[in-house]
Amino acid sequence: MEKTIELINTRIRDGNARAVRADQMPDIVDELGVAGALREVDVVTTGTFGAMCSSGAFFNFGHSDPPIRMEKVWMNDVEAYAGIAAVDAYLGATQKSETQGISYGGAHVLEDLVAGNSVRLRAQSKGTDCYPRKTLEIDLTLEDMNQATMVNPRNSYQSYVAAANTTDRTLYTYMGTLLPNAGNVSYSGAGCLSPIPNDPGLRIIGSGVPIFLCGAEGMIIGEGTQASPGNGFATLMTTGNMNDMSTDFLRAATFKGYNSTLYVGLGVPIPVLDEDVVRRTAVRDEDLKTTIADYGVPSRDRPTLREVTYAELKCGHVEMDGEEVKTSSLSSYKKALEVADELKSWVESGKMELALPTRRINTEKTSRPMRDRARAPQVRDIMNTSLVTISEDEDIRTAAKRLLRGGTNHLPVLDGANRLVGIVTTFDISKAVASNGKGETVKDIMTKRVVYTSPAEAVDVATHKLERNNISALPVVDESGKLVGILSAIDLSKLFERGWKQ
Amino acid sequence: MKLLVTFSKKGGKQPLIAQTVKDTGVLINVERAFIDSNEGEVLIDIPDKDTKVICDAMEKAGARVKQMEDSVIRDESECVNCGACISVCPQDVLSFDETWTLCVDGSKCVLCGKCVDACPHQALSLLP
Repeated sequence: MEKTIELINTRIRDGNARAVRADQMPDIVDELGVAGALREVDVVTTGTFGAMCSSGAFFNFGHSDPPIRMEKVWMNDVEAYAGIAAVDAYLGATQKSETQGISYGGAHVLEDLVAGNSVRLRAQSKGTDCYPRKTLEIDLTLEDMNQATMVNPRNSYQSYVAAANTTDRTLYTYMGTLLPNAGNVSYSGAGCLSPIPNDPGLRIIGSGVPIFLCGAEGMIIGEGTQASPGNGFATLMTTGNMNDMSTDFLRAATFKGYNSTLYVGLGVPIPVLDEDVVRRTAVRDEDLKTTIADYGVPSRDRPTLREVTYAELKCGHVEMDGEEVKTSSLSSYKKALEVADELKSWVESGKMELALPTRRINTEKTSRPMRDRARAPQVRDIMNTSLVTISEDEDIRTAAKRLLRGGTNHLPVLDGANRLVGIVTTFDISKAVASNGKGETVKDIMTKRVVYTSPAEAVDVATHKLERNNISALPVVDESGKLVGILSAIDLSKLFERGWKQ
Repeated sequence: MKLLVTFSKKGGKQPLIAQTVKDTGVLINVERAFIDSNEGEVLIDIPDKDTKVICDAMEKAGARVKQMEDSVIRDESECVNCGACISVCPQDVLSFDETWTLCVDGSKCVLCGKCVDACPHQALSLLP
């Protein structure tokens, strides 16, 4: 047996369509069998509610008199991109306020507008013959605009990597607060309730398909940016009219130490056309795998700590290295259920009819990393290799002389086996002298917990270490543990002198 | 029961906790202590049944005592029940019920503030 989309839409119009939430589908299929479920269920509704940084909206503000060609535009001091046409702009969710920083971003402007609040629009222009006006400042609400069209370039991830942190300090990331020493695991996504896991082959989900977007009837434009369905990371580009949206399903957020972002509620109704759709929508959290990656490694390719299913993540704790580690979700499963329930009521009350894709998404495609023509500068490119060192048993006066002669402020300290065991600075020696010599040897006054870098580390990462620890030099240690150089603030200036080229 | 005990500079010189343990025989678990030049603040945990005895003893010694029952305040209009706060809490104060609604058990809170920082919606705050 097969059902056509026309039959399902007729049932929707007649108020006879039976819709169920995706999380309830596995049990229905267990009870009725695949053929039975196909007979009974017309539509499976999915839902997700999570942080979608790749969100924003196009606005058309209408023309003022005299008219202006807006070259630069701010909404509540958050800059929008105005390089489009005279009075159009795109406001991105992660753009931060020029006065309030990340605590108020584009996402907050969008939420304010949907809540019915007015927003201060500020615009600048150089003035032209056809658009003479140079500045404009006005309060506008959503109703005052011709269009406020949300466009999410990348939304509704098929699945997302969960995050942990094996370093010894707390990290503040787009995956939330990550406690040191893998103290917690943070994940995102609604698992078996999420849209794409219910149609991983992207048969039903594609261009032109109607969806629930932040409370409005929206639409899938097509594949999302960075979509990688070929390895299980499909994404969608979506759109919807902000006038029909509700703050129940659109919320601004700020991740401490990271940025502002937008929480978006999205659901796709899946017409149950045949047994293949039934089998796909019967997916369980136990079947959906992702990985836990180490966000302590500030690199594009973060090491995987373990594989995990959404069932494990959702249960509240996972095992890592023999220890039970708490998990928490950045997306709201409760809200995701509300999205799917709302969509179900739309279908059953005849409010929303369904459509098949006008164009299918390429399921083979995988996204590529940036083709790095210009390699980011590494520590080895600018480090100082003429090393002045000292051994831990030397007298501090010897250390002082060596600092003076070497013209440096930092002396890496080596043990008998030439391993780095500490660092002594001019400050340490001054302090020792000023406090009337409580120590006699380098060992007594050196800093033992040395922050160091490696030759292959990106200069940006090493600079971040300098800033964070409020220090001015990092010993450079290679893979075998050998000291090969030192990177000081002075070396960093080489980047500017040369103008970095490969 | 968790108690937030505040005392003046002078009080900080007295062995307040030790004296109270000695006088009452109640075992006090100190969970956090903050003492600066003017004031001291100590968060202690004691068996619920001894609350009155300890409060009386501490107050008699000149300290102010606040019973900490709802230490974490959740703004329901901002909270979306994501649960980002759950795993950062060292004391299992935050959890989901069976409907995926966030539950707060303030009686376990040690006022570390990690949940406040971790909340993407700025929906959590600590008792002032």
